[in-house]
Amino acid sequence: MPMNDRVAYYPGCSLEGLAVEYDVSTRAVCRALGLSLVELNDWNCCGSSPASLYDPMLSATLAGRNLLLAQEARLDTVMTPCPGCLKALKGAIKTRDAHPQALAQALGRPLSERVHAVSVLQLLYEKVGPGALAQAVRRSFDGLPVVPYYGCLLTRPQAVAGFDDPENPVSMDRLLEAVGCAVADFPFKTECCGATSAMTRSDIVVRLSGRLLDMARRLGARAIIVACPLCQQNLDLRQAQAEKAMGTRFGIPVFYLTQVIGWAVGLPAQDLGLDKLIVPGKGVLPDPEPTEPSES
Amino acid sequence: MKNGQNLLRIQEHHDPAFVQRVEQQSAQKVSQCYQCGNCTASCAFTGDYDFPVNQIMRLIQLGCKETVLGSRAIWLCGQCQACTVRCPCTIDVARVMATLRSMALESGFVADKNLRRFSDEFLRSVSLFGRVFEAGLLAAYKFRSGSVLSDLELAPVLLKKGKLRFVPHAIEGRREVAALVKRFFDAP
Repeated sequence: MPMNDRVAYYPGCSLEGLAVEYDVSTRAVCRALGLSLVELNDWNCCGSSPASLYDPMLSATLAGRNLLLAQEARLDTVMTPCPGCLKALKGAIKTRDAHPQALAQALGRPLSERVHAVSVLQLLYEKVGPGALAQAVRRSFDGLPVVPYYGCLLTRPQAVAGFDDPENPVSMDRLLEAVGCAVADFPFKTECCGATSAMTRSDIVVRLSGRLLDMARRLGARAIIVACPLCQQNLDLRQAQAEKAMGTRFGIPVFYLTQVIGWAVGLPAQDLGLDKLIVPGKGVLPDPEPTEPSES
Repeated sequence: MKNGQNLLRIQEHHDPAFVQRVEQQSAQKVSQCYQCGNCTASCAFTGDYDFPVNQIMRLIQLGCKETVLGSRAIWLCGQCQACTVRCPCTIDVARVMATLRSMALESGFVADKNLRRFSDEFLRSVSLFGRVFEAGLLAAYKFRSGSVLSDLELAPVLLKKGKLRFVPHAIEGRREVAALVKRFFDAP
């Protein structure tokens, strides 16, 4: 896919609410790096885990309707920043390949074999890449120690993700190094943060996310970089709960990958939703003055 | 429970048809599991399970339907896929757990009523608007589960950050989406 090809953009419901900063920063970064996103017109919820609880086919049809929208807009690549949505979209694609008739019947129309889904991490890694990103940096992070946290679904299971390594993914590490971060070897980079238990068993989330925060601190990280709305909420919004439960204070900001890259390529704070973080991130970001101002 | 362990009378509940049903519905060969324990070693939730996931696999093989479908473990699984990635028999263990949850729901075993309430409210929101309306979903779930006070301290934080929308975004195709949902799920 050449750089100027258009990519269908599926934000997903979280990015309209609790993860609004992931939406604005994704749009801003893609624009700045020459990736043309076309938001799917009238997209619907992917069904997430509640749909698959009742029937995998319900999940496949809800997610499949969005893939149909892409097909009708003549777009083959659907990008979503949310790993939960990505799982549902890829599940629909798997259903299309295994039971094409059943899915076509449920959707009322057949789904083309060309449509596929990727994460924003995969898009940035494969269509921009660490080399080109390093060239675009105008505010280097200058050795800021960070840990990349991939969570569960970006690279697992491998047969579904088809990207990076399921045990030791490195794509985010490479992109963060390209913008000047000192990326620590994070042994918990794919450990579960507690995921959707946040609703029904927040005690589990607080314990699991607390463990991640504790390891990040022990590695000297000044920030955790994530690519999932649920991971971000569990680590940022619930950080105070983890601090209370563990009797400690972390104060570690949790940025979306797109916010960090956006800052590095010189985008203004308001285009990245930095004010939406609960644990403030301003203190660890490099000087707001870009090193090579464009207007001079 | 004795000394923190669950004692089972495995001879009393053998249901060979159950093994077949699980294998069929999950499309996974659970009978190949030889108890290496990788799944349990990888599981972030083992501490909260009544039966660790390797025991769930064994109980399926033994046909202990009631024990498996009545277990807390199948409702706590976070679907993080660590077990699936590490199974030497390439059993998609997380998929088996998800299948067991659906089977439990069909057969009337629901060990986690709150998870079901949340799922129902979620799908109701999708049927109404075509997308999930977070603020409405959270309020409805907290009310129905009787846990209005839990996480209450997060509300002002979210309000201050402008992260809760108070008006749902209803899409044009919401009726079409509602029809898709209705084929598989009838709101209680």
